Amino acid sequence: MSFLEINHLKKSFGPNTVVHDFTLSVEKGEFVSFLGPSGCGKTTVLRMIAGFEQASSGRIIIGGADVTHLPPAKRNVGMVFQAYALFPNLTVAGNIGFGLEIAGATSAEINTRVAEMLELIKLPHLASRYPYQLSGGQQQRVALARALAVRPQVLLLDEPLSALDAKIRVSLREEIRALQRELGITTVFVTHDQEEALSISDRVVVMHNGKADQVGAPSEIYNHPKTHFVASFVGTLNILEARVADATSGRLSIDGQPVAVARSLAGFGLGDQLTVALRPEAVDIAAPESGKNALKGTVDDVAFLGSIIRVRVRLASARVSLDTFNDPSRSLPRVGETVTLSFKPEDLLLLERD
Amino acid sequence: MKKNRLGHWIAILLGSLYFVVPLIATFEFSLRKLRGVYSFEAYRVVLADPQFQGSFTYSVVLAVITIIFGLMIIVPTAYFVELRLRSLKPVVEFITLLPLVVPAIVLVFGYVRLYNSSSILPLTASTRGTDFLLACGYVTLALPYMYRSIETGLRSIDVRTLTEAAESLGAGPLTTLRRVILPNIRSAVLSGAFLTFAIVIGEFTFASLLNRPAFGPYLQLVGANRAYEPAALAIVAFAVTWACMGIIQVISRNRTAAIK
Repeated sequence: MSFLEINHLKKSFGPNTVVHDFTLSVEKGEFVSFLGPSGCGKTTVLRMIAGFEQASSGRIIIGGADVTHLPPAKRNVGMVFQAYALFPNLTVAGNIGFGLEIAGATSAEINTRVAEMLELIKLPHLASRYPYQLSGGQQQRVALARALAVRPQVLLLDEPLSALDAKIRVSLREEIRALQRELGITTVFVTHDQEEALSISDRVVVMHNGKADQVGAPSEIYNHPKTHFVASFVGTLNILEARVADATSGRLSIDGQPVAVARSLAGFGLGDQLTVALRPEAVDIAAPESGKNALKGTVDDVAFLGSIIRVRVRLASARVSLDTFNDPSRSLPRVGETVTLSFKPEDLLLLERD
Repeated sequence: MKKNRLGHWIAILLGSLYFVVPLIATFEFSLRKLRGVYSFEAYRVVLADPQFQGSFTYSVVLAVITIIFGLMIIVPTAYFVELRLRSLKPVVEFITLLPLVVPAIVLVFGYVRLYNSSSILPLTASTRGTDFLLACGYVTLALPYMYRSIETGLRSIDVRTLTEAAESLGAGPLTTLRRVILPNIRSAVLSGAFLTFAIVIGEFTFASLLNRPAFGPYLQLVGANRAYEPAALAIVAFAVTWACMGIIQVISRNRTAAIK
């Protein structure tokens, strides 16, 4: 049995079901992210793990104990909130020591642990400051230390970086990951930012309409999205409609142009419609080459994005974006120019229907 | 622009005169007890009057009891309404406004009918029972002010997230209320408390009809029988009320500075 087991979890608010049959196993020390847009149910699942929401059905097991109906105070789960939620009336040390005080620790134990936590978050000089005297990043570090001080079984992070500016967000997420690895604490992280989820997680759960659309390692989610939703939400993908041209040899037709796929099309009939995806970085403008797919189109737009140049090419009706590194020695295609797009059959991803 | 500013100053001046002139006149009159000289003789007489001391002490004690009793009822109610029963908020707000709609005299007659010596709960049959009834009446009278103060305080903090943060650290609801919520709405609680204090100190109807020796009936008694002392008493009552308001201001300012 895994350390954190979520079995067939369901949550309804009146007639509105926001989480449908959610099942997930998280190993001890694993870092799992729930990724999805607003309203997909990711925070609701996290809040059910924390005990702030009661599950309509299903079970939550932490360390072998069923906590489904336990109040939050009895779950020994640490939580970090988007809005920091530091107690304004307490100093940094007071905030970090709060949970230990509630647990009945002696003042010597509290002082030692608070000092330990302050060292861990690299803010030992701010022990006597109040939350309003700290920056957003510092407040969130203190919130993290406060959650960790009580040695929780599971650490839950509810969009902890959303309120911070871009630079702090990146450095703090790296710190969170380093701390998590150092302490080996099982962590569930909720975010709507795919870069965040992909960069720090062992596994990512992509959620959509209250369900886990796909669960997997970040590279698996990015490179092999299973559904149309995952493909469109994670990264920038070209989503194209295709028809089966020859199921036995694995050939499709996109806007009337033949392409090959690397996987079997068994079960599909001639003319069946499919949705395929193609990452912009997998496409190149090059002459047709054997073993590679080639699509002809007209350049619609060339956008300069700094280190990357994004070129949009129109086929008959579909539009394909491709990314190429900004290489000053290489000439860029001009708008209106006819070009050939080249990509490997294995880069063409077949998506399941949502 | 200049003309507009002049208009503002005239409005401020007229408003100030409206409030200040009667106050100065009352104060000036209170100093005239001794013929031909200004003195604080009226204040000396009033402050030396055992009835003044007794009635003022009685009202202060009752105000403190009312504040404690009111806070014990209103703080948890407002907290749980804000936290879990937000849909009930309009109903609770309507109930807390009722004491402003129903006159005090109607309330006290209702109390006397319900709790007289021949009723099931004969509170008016004993002195302590009547004091308790008076305190309950004062809690009702102070309800609109106390509830609004507390509710404003609760709205100024993120009650839900702070509660959840405390719960996730192992705190139960009462510990959360005592250790996290109350300290963060301290200025709102004090505002409510001082408003209640001011209401109770000057209240006449309840105390008079329940026949209790409070400061309000004493004020009326002195006013009916003396000339200069009522003016001195009015100034004393005014000073007590304004001292309360001043303390609220100071606390609120400190709190605002702390939050900044």
